[in-house]
Amino acid sequence: MSVELDVFVGNTTIMDKEVFQLWLNGYTVSDAVKVRIEGGIMEECEANAEVLLSDTMDQYRTFQMCERLLHHPAKLSNQLLFQIPPDRQAMLIERYYAFDDAFVREVLGKKLSKGTKKDLDDVSAKTGIMLKSCRRQFDNFKRVFKVVEELKGPLVENIQQHFLLPDQLGRDYAAIVFFASNRFETGKKKLQYLTFQDFAFCAGQLINHWTVGAVDNMMDDMDVDLDKEFLQDLKDLKILITDKDLLDQHKSLVCTALRGKTNVFNEMEANFKNLSRSLVNIAAKLINAKDVRDFFIDLVEKFIEPCRSDRWTSIDVNLYLTHYTNSAHILDTFKHHGVWTRYMGVIKSCILRIYH
Amino acid sequence: MPGKLKVKIVAGRHLPVMDRASDLTDAFVDVKFGNTTFKTDVYPKSLNPQWNSEWFKFEVDDEDLQDEPLQITVLDHDTYSANDAIGKVYIDIDPLLCSEAATVISGWLPIYDTIHGIRGEINVLVKVDFFNDLNRFRQSSCGVKFFCTTSIPRCYRAVMVHGFVEELVVNEDPEYQWIDRIRTPRASNEARQRLIFLMSGELQRKIGLKVLEMGGNAVVGYLQCFDLEGESGLVVRAIGTACTLEKISTLTSASATHPSNSSPSKDMKEPVFGEEAPGIPLSSGPPTPLRVQTFSSFSPSKSYSRQSSSSDTELSLTPKTGMGSGGSAGKEAGPLKALLRQQTQSALEQREYPFFTLTSFPPGFLLHVGGVVSARSVKLLDRIHNPDEPETRDAWWEEIRQEIKSHAKALGCHAVLGYSESTSICEEVCILSASGTAAILGSRFVQDGPLDTDYRFEEVAPPGCGFCHIPYDELNIPFPAQLTYCYYCRRFKVPDVLFTTIDLPTEANVTGKGCLIQARLCRTKKKAQGEGNATAISNLLPFLEYELHTQLMNKLKLRGMNSLFGLRIQISVGETMLLGLASATGVYLTALPSPGRIQIAGKTPSDITYEQHISNMQKKINDTIAKNKELYEVNPPEVVEEMIGSPIPEPRQRSRLLRSHSESSDEVTELDLSHGKKDAFVLEIDDTDAVEDIHALLTDSPMPPGFYSCNTEIMPGIQNWTSAIQMFTSVRVFRLNNANLTNQGLNKIFSDLCENLLKSLYFKLRSMIPCCLCHLNFTVAVPEDELIQVAVTAVAMSFYKDQTLENGRQSGDKTLIKAITENDEQLQFNLELNAESSSSNPLSSTKGLSDVSGSHPSARDRCSSWIEQLRLKAHTIRRGSVKTTSSLEKASPLPEGRSRSLQSNRSYSGSSVTVVKMTPLSFIPGAKITKYLGIINMFFIRETSSLREEGGVSGFLHTFIAEVFAMVRAHVAALGGNALVSYSMKECVFMENPNKNQAQSLINVSGDAVIFVRESELEATSVQPQSAATRETSNGGDGT
Repeated sequence: MSVELDVFVGNTTIMDKEVFQLWLNGYTVSDAVKVRIEGGIMEECEANAEVLLSDTMDQYRTFQMCERLLHHPAKLSNQLLFQIPPDRQAMLIERYYAFDDAFVREVLGKKLSKGTKKDLDDVSAKTGIMLKSCRRQFDNFKRVFKVVEELKGPLVENIQQHFLLPDQLGRDYAAIVFFASNRFETGKKKLQYLTFQDFAFCAGQLINHWTVGAVDNMMDDMDVDLDKEFLQDLKDLKILITDKDLLDQHKSLVCTALRGKTNVFNEMEANFKNLSRSLVNIAAKLINAKDVRDFFIDLVEKFIEPCRSDRWTSIDVNLYLTHYTNSAHILDTFKHHGVWTRYMGVIKSCILRIYH
Repeated sequence: MPGKLKVKIVAGRHLPVMDRASDLTDAFVDVKFGNTTFKTDVYPKSLNPQWNSEWFKFEVDDEDLQDEPLQITVLDHDTYSANDAIGKVYIDIDPLLCSEAATVISGWLPIYDTIHGIRGEINVLVKVDFFNDLNRFRQSSCGVKFFCTTSIPRCYRAVMVHGFVEELVVNEDPEYQWIDRIRTPRASNEARQRLIFLMSGELQRKIGLKVLEMGGNAVVGYLQCFDLEGESGLVVRAIGTACTLEKISTLTSASATHPSNSSPSKDMKEPVFGEEAPGIPLSSGPPTPLRVQTFSSFSPSKSYSRQSSSSDTELSLTPKTGMGSGGSAGKEAGPLKALLRQQTQSALEQREYPFFTLTSFPPGFLLHVGGVVSARSVKLLDRIHNPDEPETRDAWWEEIRQEIKSHAKALGCHAVLGYSESTSICEEVCILSASGTAAILGSRFVQDGPLDTDYRFEEVAPPGCGFCHIPYDELNIPFPAQLTYCYYCRRFKVPDVLFTTIDLPTEANVTGKGCLIQARLCRTKKKAQGEGNATAISNLLPFLEYELHTQLMNKLKLRGMNSLFGLRIQISVGETMLLGLASATGVYLTALPSPGRIQIAGKTPSDITYEQHISNMQKKINDTIAKNKELYEVNPPEVVEEMIGSPIPEPRQRSRLLRSHSESSDEVTELDLSHGKKDAFVLEIDDTDAVEDIHALLTDSPMPPGFYSCNTEIMPGIQNWTSAIQMFTSVRVFRLNNANLTNQGLNKIFSDLCENLLKSLYFKLRSMIPCCLCHLNFTVAVPEDELIQVAVTAVAMSFYKDQTLENGRQSGDKTLIKAITENDEQLQFNLELNAESSSSNPLSSTKGLSDVSGSHPSARDRCSSWIEQLRLKAHTIRRGSVKTTSSLEKASPLPEGRSRSLQSNRSYSGSSVTVVKMTPLSFIPGAKITKYLGIINMFFIRETSSLREEGGVSGFLHTFIAEVFAMVRAHVAALGGNALVSYSMKECVFMENPNKNQAQSLINVSGDAVIFVRESELEATSVQPQSAATRETSNGGDGT
């Protein structure tokens, strides 16, 4: 004796937020029922396990039917199959596209390919996030990536428009797409201490200042690629370290400005040439795609780690970078002010964000 | 002559990918009406084609306009092979044929395929240029309005209620034709869908013709059903109530009778008469009881002879009181009243069947209720040989209706209200059932003018109890019943319990709240063939009905209530079992005596443990009753019971009881409270059956707090609804794996199935608490040998908590006072209206009368006496002279400005898809229906041969039901509406073959498409006329 068929269809589609979350998290129906029972819903609503099971199955089925619409959120608002109030629609989309920081840290910067997808069980084992949920999150990244890849115009807006995501989530996806298309290395051991939000911030900086779209919105190209011309121009900055005079001059200017303002002045003075070389070398190498990938690892290895070993505070770093940037403009033989500002602005805010 | 149908195909969206190579589709559209087809151009390589076609024009007869659906097929163009069909849209253009309904169909409609479901949407524009045909010999009936609503639609007023209309058409089922062996499932499904669309259209047209013949202009309570008889064919039948309706267009309903006077002013704020105002039947009157009359007869289909009451089981209880004469009833009233009653009755008896499919009525319509009448008969199906002469099926139904009619007569009643018909088919056996509520009607709506003036002389019975007073003669009670004096007015006799199929009258005085009461029964049956099977079933039926009745009675008492409304008994037959499900809403009517206790008695007071067991059970029952009384706030009975003890109650007590009532009407002249001693209802546990009964009684689990449920339109005791409503359908199929089950075992399973379903519903809808599940409609079926299918459709409505708490004693008084104040206004209205209707009615009613007399005397049954016929003729002669003018009325133009001004009242939601509310009720809480756009009646088939891939049976049906809802909503929106009221899912057939990975399902839904406006918005409009103007301009683009 068994229930062979059991369906409930409302004119307004009923969706339970809690069950939706369980579904998103990849719980099976029976696990979800267990979680719900533990949550005490039975006592609250005088239900029994049978009722819960029926409800959960029904909800899961509804979500599965909705899922293909959630793949194209714009369709959700003009489809006819489910009558869902707009606020509910927004909730569904937001939750469906939400992701776990732990998961995104694992795939950030990786190619969103079948190979990566195959490795998701490792990710799942490592993060404790269920494989099903990992797949959904991965597919979301990939889907957004594919749609936006072809589009012109500002990245964040494109994502928000096509996927009807709230502001913050749209930015996060922009970061994910940006990292995936430039294949930034984020998985190295030295980078493990960085959170997704750190990277997302840096991505925002890069998108806003270093891409083609950053200079000219009307350009055909989009936000995903770094501005090649700019990268080319960065080579010119090498003069700051190759020209001995310039380097010394720069050092003395910075040291003069810093003297007495910080406890680590001696270390700063001693390390100036090393640090300057590192930063300019990073700039000069960015023209090679391979070195772009190592951007963050370079920043950490060549700038952050030395500073950290000398026990600079982030205030010290800020102070140093401010004067380092500004002093270059005073150098009489240095001509590349535009490129320098554009470069150092981003470098400075990125370093400050990831210096912790 | 004709009309011109114009169709424009605008665009498509979300089309499926038909060309794998390009991931795109080259779509074009085929537009077909009758035998004419037009095609759009191919719109290449797009999933969102913009055809923007010219206007395709079809010049057609109005007969075809009514019968045929517009058929739109979307195809994918293929240069090398045959074009692939993407899907179809059937559009019923009937709503466009009525000047008061919709004027254009415009919007996105889902493209539907019977194998793949919804595959994108298409945007179309449909209009009709229509020239109304006045030819009296015409076969069309355009312009007759159809309503599924079983009450007078909210923005209309009933001028006349003409009575019963029925029709059925039969055809071969395409699924069973020989050609089905060689065509694809898709082709077969489509042939079936199309045929049913055609048959529905034809049926509606034929019913419309009957209505016009009767002089009416509308059908209310239209109920259409399909009988899928398998090999033997397909029957589509419909019943309804013909009415002459009038739009309430202006402030004063007085001017409503003169359409030319109606000004286009649209102040809707004013409560309009005939609508929501709880009306009061100005009635006098004798009393009322209940009784379910069972009666089943079996006759092989081959014999056409109308053999009556062969296996008369329970009817024998019913002494045939004074056949055909209402004389027995008029005893305690004056001679004038008796005369009036007789006249009303004669007016009704001129009709073949004095039946009404309505379940709630305008004030003054219903005088007294007699009780439930029902009839069933078991038939053997036989191939329909000639589709043009559906005589067999007609004869079957005629037989049943005659039975119902005579049952009603036995109850001293001349009419049957809340009438419905249904069938249950298993292989070649078919059970036909009909049921209704015997009643006595007021003269106002069923008779012509002059008599109405007498109306005011009738004694005025208190509004809240009049309908409970017995209609039959006290000395000649048709069945054993305990009569007492009405607990409300103390003047007339009432029965101890009242069962009805109608809704609770709005004016009724009720104590506490109501609740859903269900009796469930399952009986095993041996497998048998042909006549043997039919005989076995008809032998089982009476027992089944008797037990259902007992169960209902026990459960009613267990809840401390004394009446049932909306009673619906469904009997479903399978190969090895019979299922019976009776649902009703229990109510405590203040006018009826409080139910006695339930006492359990053992057969022999033998040993102590046994007695203990009994006393335990007794305690349990008493506790449950007490708990229920508290839950449903059924408290006053205690006071009444105190009175029972002393024949002359303390004056103080009495005045408390009667306070509210003494304000309203004349002094209670005679006070006789002595009545039959209140015997406790005794349940004897002397056999297993009784144990089972008691068990069934106690297994109903209570509803979780915050929930109420009923199967009627309104929940007694709850008025303050919020605007939150949620209509839903839930289906469960249960497999009995164990072949050898006892009756008890089966009963338990069936009962648990229903209980668990209810529990799941409560859980699902917990976010709406406090909430009431209204119009809970259960349908049971036995789709296969070991399967039980239960489908529920209902609407959950939230209400405000604060007021419900005080609803106990106070609200009774409050509503009464309100009723009284309204009563005064109402009275004036009534008089005015009577005067008017007396002048306008002859035109419409005469025709019906003369026709009846002209064609039917020969066909009429044995019941009518020659005296009646004589009287009838006299009527005809008297009124015959006006006959020719009757067609004028039909042609009278309806206020145009009105309908146009309403267009602008459409409320559009901000989102791109119009929100369409659906409800099985006839109203939307907190909103006013401003326009009826026409009937929605759709039939869909869905089939799959990849059941597992579609999520199994549940996934398949879930998707299908969601798709049906979506299509209904889209069609309502395309008509310009924002809600579907009186929605029902009449058929939900589900068949599976998991081994072949196949399943098929059929669904039939119907309802009335309407435009509603929130009451808050309405007030805003009437307060600031400018805002109306702004809305008009802002919506200008959306209008016609």
